[in-house]
Amino acid sequence: MNRRKFLGSIFQSSEGVSHSAASRGSTTGVDPYNGPWTKKQVAHLLRRTMFGAAYQDINYFLGKTLPQAVDELLTPGQPPAPPLNYYGQDSGAALGQTWVNASFDVSSNVNRALSLLAWCTRNMAKQARSIEEKMVLFWLNHFGTNIQVYVDARFGYKHVATIRQHCLGNFKDMVKAITLDPAMLRFLNGDRNTKNRPDENYARELFELFTIGKDGGQKYEESDVIEAARVLTGYRILSNSVTYTFDSSKHDTGNKQFSALFNYRTIAGKSGSAGQQELDELLDMIFQVNDTALFICRKLYRYFVYYEIDAQVEANVIVPMANVFRTSGYDIKAPLRLLFNSEHFFDDYNLGAVIKQPMDLLIGSLRETNAIMPSGSDFQAEYSIWQQFGLYGGTALQQLVLAPPTVAGWQPFHQEPNYHQLWISTVTLPLRNQFTDLLVYAGLNVGNSQLAVDTARWLEQYPNPDNVDKVIDEVIEHLLTHPLSSNHKILIRAAMLGGQSNPNVWTQLWNDYKNNPNNPNKKKAVTDRLKSVLKYITSLDEYQLS
Amino acid sequence: MKRRQFIKTSVPAVTVPLLLNGLRIRAFAESPQLEALTGARGNNDNVLVLIELNGGNDGLNTVLPLDQYSTMASLRSNVLIPENKVLPVNGYPGTGLHPSMSGIQQMFNEGKVRIVQSVGYPNPDFSHFRSMDIWTSASNSNEYLRTGWMGRYLNYEYPNYPYDYPNNVMPDPLAIQIGGINSPVFMGPYMNMSYALLLDENNQVQNYSFLNTIKDNYTVQKPFAKEVAYIRQVKKNTIELGNAVKNAYDKPVTQISYPDTDLANQLKIVARLIAGGLKTKIYWVSLFGFDTHASQVEDTDTTKGMHADLLQIFSDAVSAFHKDLQQLGLADRVISMTYSEFGRRIISNFSMGTDHGAAAPLFIFGNKVIPGILGNNPTLPANATVNDNLPMQYDFRSVYASILQDWLCVPKSDIDTVILLKNFQTLPLVQNSSCTAVSIRELNQSAGLNLISAYPNPFTTRTTIRYTTAGNHTLVEIYNPMGQQIKTLVEKDMAAGTYEVDFENEGFAEGTYYVRFQNGAVQQVKPLVIAK
Repeated sequence: MNRRKFLGSIFQSSEGVSHSAASRGSTTGVDPYNGPWTKKQVAHLLRRTMFGAAYQDINYFLGKTLPQAVDELLTPGQPPAPPLNYYGQDSGAALGQTWVNASFDVSSNVNRALSLLAWCTRNMAKQARSIEEKMVLFWLNHFGTNIQVYVDARFGYKHVATIRQHCLGNFKDMVKAITLDPAMLRFLNGDRNTKNRPDENYARELFELFTIGKDGGQKYEESDVIEAARVLTGYRILSNSVTYTFDSSKHDTGNKQFSALFNYRTIAGKSGSAGQQELDELLDMIFQVNDTALFICRKLYRYFVYYEIDAQVEANVIVPMANVFRTSGYDIKAPLRLLFNSEHFFDDYNLGAVIKQPMDLLIGSLRETNAIMPSGSDFQAEYSIWQQFGLYGGTALQQLVLAPPTVAGWQPFHQEPNYHQLWISTVTLPLRNQFTDLLVYAGLNVGNSQLAVDTARWLEQYPNPDNVDKVIDEVIEHLLTHPLSSNHKILIRAAMLGGQSNPNVWTQLWNDYKNNPNNPNKKKAVTDRLKSVLKYITSLDEYQLS
Repeated sequence: MKRRQFIKTSVPAVTVPLLLNGLRIRAFAESPQLEALTGARGNNDNVLVLIELNGGNDGLNTVLPLDQYSTMASLRSNVLIPENKVLPVNGYPGTGLHPSMSGIQQMFNEGKVRIVQSVGYPNPDFSHFRSMDIWTSASNSNEYLRTGWMGRYLNYEYPNYPYDYPNNVMPDPLAIQIGGINSPVFMGPYMNMSYALLLDENNQVQNYSFLNTIKDNYTVQKPFAKEVAYIRQVKKNTIELGNAVKNAYDKPVTQISYPDTDLANQLKIVARLIAGGLKTKIYWVSLFGFDTHASQVEDTDTTKGMHADLLQIFSDAVSAFHKDLQQLGLADRVISMTYSEFGRRIISNFSMGTDHGAAAPLFIFGNKVIPGILGNNPTLPANATVNDNLPMQYDFRSVYASILQDWLCVPKSDIDTVILLKNFQTLPLVQNSSCTAVSIRELNQSAGLNLISAYPNPFTTRTTIRYTTAGNHTLVEIYNPMGQQIKTLVEKDMAAGTYEVDFENEGFAEGTYYVRFQNGAVQQVKPLVIAK
């Protein structure tokens, strides 16, 4: 292909300029979706709410209605057992035991943090049929704290546990819990915030990043930040028990005066333990601001639908979501239920528009190919594999869980104007391909445990693995959001048939393997070709989209 | 369809940042175009290195106004640097540097540092994220621009990017940033203009060989098609520029030793790429962690702590970088410049730190700076309250304007109209002797095909747009500064040829608009400035 042609194929496919005119967007709103409920719609819902659409999950939800599916997805799974010592020496936890209740141990802390990372990664990969894990990651981004700064892995576990507890619960309760969360208290210096000369760090982000936001119509004042910082003076951390405490001698007992946005409200200063009531009053005040629900719903929309919000989407989707969020008393499930049942969510306009966040690419690839995952029988190997997966995948692809770059979280979730496009750069695009290559061709191996794609197992998910034409259609429909042209199918078919044209070549190869499942040569004859096929599909630009 | 060759080795060691050990992909086949790239280029091309100090650097503890030491002592006693520890600089007895900055002190005394006092903007914003957006987009405090100031500069310098790039005139990245996520400072009207680079764990530039897949055309204009196009453009950049970067990096060069810090390692890569002969004019590196609300200093020794560590990293890295450039014979071609989203509050807090502030000093380093300190020490109000901040002496866009004019050799009128969008004062920051009559600009600007132009530009009431179509469907449309389409001037099937169409100002606000041309596979975007 010459260069001009190559370029042409790029630009022909897009209007190029990053923002299309308002009139071209989607006009659908939150009326219930009444269209077809086929694999296409189920896969779309699952790709957005879980990490990839596992084939068996698609089949499962095909047997439900959309409202049933949404209700089930909005139900959390069983809480996972806490993370374990898989690494050996730890003053507070024997091998195979959890370290989360032990004392701080500086020499074990890095290993504990890696154990926590492994645990988070495994929870995502072994997720229940629930949106829970996707929401955990959403809130880990929303309340961006970095374990490299707050250091203590026990704080990290507590932080994740707090987020897990509230991720589909009441948002106001969650904000209060996070305000008093030891990891957050340390990360934004709430634990050093003292009367007379308060530290404004948490107060500012409470307004700007966690609740009201800065891009809406309602503006808080700089003085509100200073006054809120005064409200928040006095909270300290009890490191041994990983809890907060309130030291009223460090609390500013003067009155706090807020601006017009808060109707010039005064929070009366209180002494003694009553000083803690001021936090509740502050949160009441913040949650009476209209923009709080709008801000959170925009962020949910960007995460689950698309990052561009034009005037139509704002009016037809965001405002109704925010309304149900408010009237539900800030039940996080309420706007999500409205969104996922809506015709807007299933609007063809929004299909395949989300660039997979790295964890979506990595874990979704595993789940969609029904990959071999390490079991708990060798927990050391299991943790070791998930730790490597989370650490290298996260670092290289710029989404290290527990360590977003700033308190605002990962840039692709908030940086105008590019948002999700920032996941893809000249650094990360080759690495994204390398990671899927790694899964297809090598996997991660520790001892006898393995995290890898077995391509025969992948194909076995589908109804007609012995029928080359049927299975190609099935694979494309499953792994990609949009159909591919017949040119791709010709290539894939040729790879499966070894360059021949008779479809029986594949049928024979496959049946030969199925009749001799323990013969490594028969299996290799199949998987060699399937690896090429999967490599081809994961190399498509379209595979980066969800 | 060929399978890749994989050489499986052990699982990577725990400390490496990138999982690449498991995979070794065969190198690219050389492309003839890049084989032409031999030998380092002549020293006729100035380079600017941007150093982002992320988090908001405490200017008062970086460049200390010693003439107001007693006021500082009363306003920020718990973070105060002992007077006798402050590093003096030649010629400015009332000003000194943080004790960690001996490297920069030495450079200053050698005449290789320009410090600009109290750089900021009117109506400062105290949000990290908003204020950084203001600095990177060079907007007013109350204005939202979608493009970065460097993106606009690069779009001015290479107006057709990415169409027809790379090419023989510009075979290299327009800008290179160290890091995996593109900085908004390089956001251009069409896309981000920088090439992101990270080394692998063996300190090598990786070259991944993408599988060549069929590319379907998506004609329905919806987000899916837009994102596919974006990913394809990044892939194209990776393939076509990756080799140029790797070739430059792999050229044999002897560097001095750098400290083993993140910033020093980034600058070391930059020096090596410049020495390798890239035509790239802009580089970007970053150092995070300046948000020192708490523990900025140690309780027992205010010359130690988080801020001291950061300034040590900063000073030692910059010092090594410019020494390296000197011995590489590149020192006259390169300047580096810092920026941070804001300074910090005059009054310290009780967490041994400082909250978000406003104006702060900015550094420019290199042989060709006009040495010394520009501006006066900031004046600290003796009775300052927690609300008080340092007012700006210099608008940061004046600094940008001066660098653009005197180092990147952009005519002032173009700076005012298409890059910074307003007239900012020019400051004496760098020697402008390198901006001679012989400019590579013309070459750069005609490097791609010019299929659309406007005259006059800037304009007030009307401009005439001239475009060359290869025939068939042709589209000419106008976008406003927010990136919204406001006008379609031409949309029809036409015979091949050059045509003109007028664009009337129907009362549009001042600003940089864009005219976008689309003809079959080809598209171009050019700035169009409406002025009063």
